[in-house]
Amino acid sequence: MIDLIHNYWLYFLIGQYPDGPLGGLALTLLLGVAALGLALPLGIVLGLARTSSLRALRWPVTALVYVVRGTPLLMVIFWAYFFLPAVTGHQTSQFTTMLAALVLFNGAYLAEIVRAGIQGIPRGQSECARALGLGYWQSMRAVILPQALRNMLPSLVAQFVTTLKETSLGYIIGLSEVSFIAGQINAQVITQPVQVYTILALTYFLMCFGLSRVVRVLEKRGERSVATQ
Amino acid sequence: MIEFRNVGKFYGSFRALDDVTETIARGEVVVISGPSGSGKSTLIRTINRLEPIDSGQILLFGQDIHRPGLDVDRFRSGIGFVFQQFNLFPHLSALDNCTLAPMKVRGVSEAEARERALALLDRVGLADKARSYPAQLSGGQQQRVAIARALAMEPPLMLFDEPTSALDPEMVSEVLLVIRDLAHQGQTLVCVTHEMGFAREVADRILFMDEGKILERATPEDFFDRPQHPRTQQFLSDLRSPFARNV
Repeated sequence: MIDLIHNYWLYFLIGQYPDGPLGGLALTLLLGVAALGLALPLGIVLGLARTSSLRALRWPVTALVYVVRGTPLLMVIFWAYFFLPAVTGHQTSQFTTMLAALVLFNGAYLAEIVRAGIQGIPRGQSECARALGLGYWQSMRAVILPQALRNMLPSLVAQFVTTLKETSLGYIIGLSEVSFIAGQINAQVITQPVQVYTILALTYFLMCFGLSRVVRVLEKRGERSVATQ
Repeated sequence: MIEFRNVGKFYGSFRALDDVTETIARGEVVVISGPSGSGKSTLIRTINRLEPIDSGQILLFGQDIHRPGLDVDRFRSGIGFVFQQFNLFPHLSALDNCTLAPMKVRGVSEAEARERALALLDRVGLADKARSYPAQLSGGQQQRVAIARALAMEPPLMLFDEPTSALDPEMVSEVLLVIRDLAHQGQTLVCVTHEMGFAREVADRILFMDEGKILERATPEDFFDRPQHPRTQQFLSDLRSPFARNV
C-alpha cells in the first residue's frame, strides 16, 4: 500500500497535470465547490419562486422540481452530455457538462429545502417586516432568509455532502475526477483493487466529514455570538 | 385622520366586517373592544393594508389607501403597528431590530439610526438591553422593544393589536404604561385591547364591536357607566363576573 501511495500520489491528486488536463482530487474539489457555489444561489431563487404567490413563477419551478426528483442523476448527466452540444452548437467539455447537471439537479433539491425553511418561519415575521415598510426583497434578505438559512443548515449540509459524492458520477462521461483516476490506477496496478478503492473511499469520507465539521463549527460560532452578546 | 366608509370584509362566507363607518381624529386615543371574533383585529389590520377589504373605502389623511399607484411599502412605513405576538426579529439584537427599518426603508445613516434607536429604547425603559437578543428578554420587554421599533419610523399613527394579550399578567402593566405615556404625549393611537382599566384611564373614545359591526361608540365614562347597547351591557357584565379580571 505504501508503494501504491508512493508511486501514484501525485497522479491521484492532480491527474496528468501539468502535462495534461487537471484531474484527480483537485478536479473533484474544483467541481464540488463550483457545483455548490452555483447550486445554492439557484436553489434560493427556485425556492423563492416555489413559495411565490405568482403562478407564473411557481408552476414552472414546481414542474422542474418534480421532473428532477423523478429522474436519476445519471440520466440527467447523459442528457446534459448529449443535449448541451446540440443546443449550444459546439462541443461542451466534460467538466462543464458535469457542472451543469450537478447544478440543475442540486438546485432543484435545494429549492425544496429552501421552501421548507421559508415556510417554517412564522407568518408574523414577514407580516411585521412588511408592516414596517420593508419591501418583499428587503424583508426576504434582512428578516426571513437569515433565519430560514440557519434552520436549514443541517439539511443543506446533507445536500452538500451528497453533491460532493455525486461528482464521482463524472466517471461515466470520462471526466478525470478522482474516481476516474482511481480506476486508471487500478487498471495499471491490476493486483491491488481493494487497496486502491479503500484509499478512494477514505478520500471521499475525509472530504465529506471535513465539510460537515466545518459547517458544525460555523454553526456553533453563530449560536455563541447570539448567546453571549 | 382615519375614515372608514362602509367597509366590508368576508372570510369565505363569514362576514368579518359589516358596513363599518367611523372617523378617528388626529391626536385621538381610541380603544376598540369586543368579544373574540368580533372583527376588532381585522378592522385595525385593514388600516395599514395587512388585510384587504372587499367593499367600501378607507381614507387616511383624506386619501384612499387603496388608490392605484400608491407605494404600499412607503405608506406602511408611516404607520406603526404593534402585534400581539411582538414579532421581534430573533436573529437581531434589540437595537438592530429598531434600526433595520429606518436604515432600509428611509435610508437613514447607521449612526443616526442607532442614536435614535437608543433614545427610543431609553424611552421604553430598556436602554441597558440594546445589545440583548429577543430570546434573552421577557415578554414584556420584547413588547416594549417592539413599540420602540415601531416608533423608530416616527409614525403619525400607531396601531396596537392586543398588545398585552400574549403576556403573563405581571408584565401587562409595564407595556400599558409605555402606551399610556405615548397617549399623553399626543400620539394618535388605536388600540385593540381587553384591558378595561387601561381603556377607562387612557382612551378618549371606546368602540365596541360585535359580529363585524361597531355597536357602540362612547367616552369611557358613558361606556362603563351608561352602556346603551344590550350587547355592550352583556359584555361588561360578563367582564364583571367573579372570575374575570381587569374591571
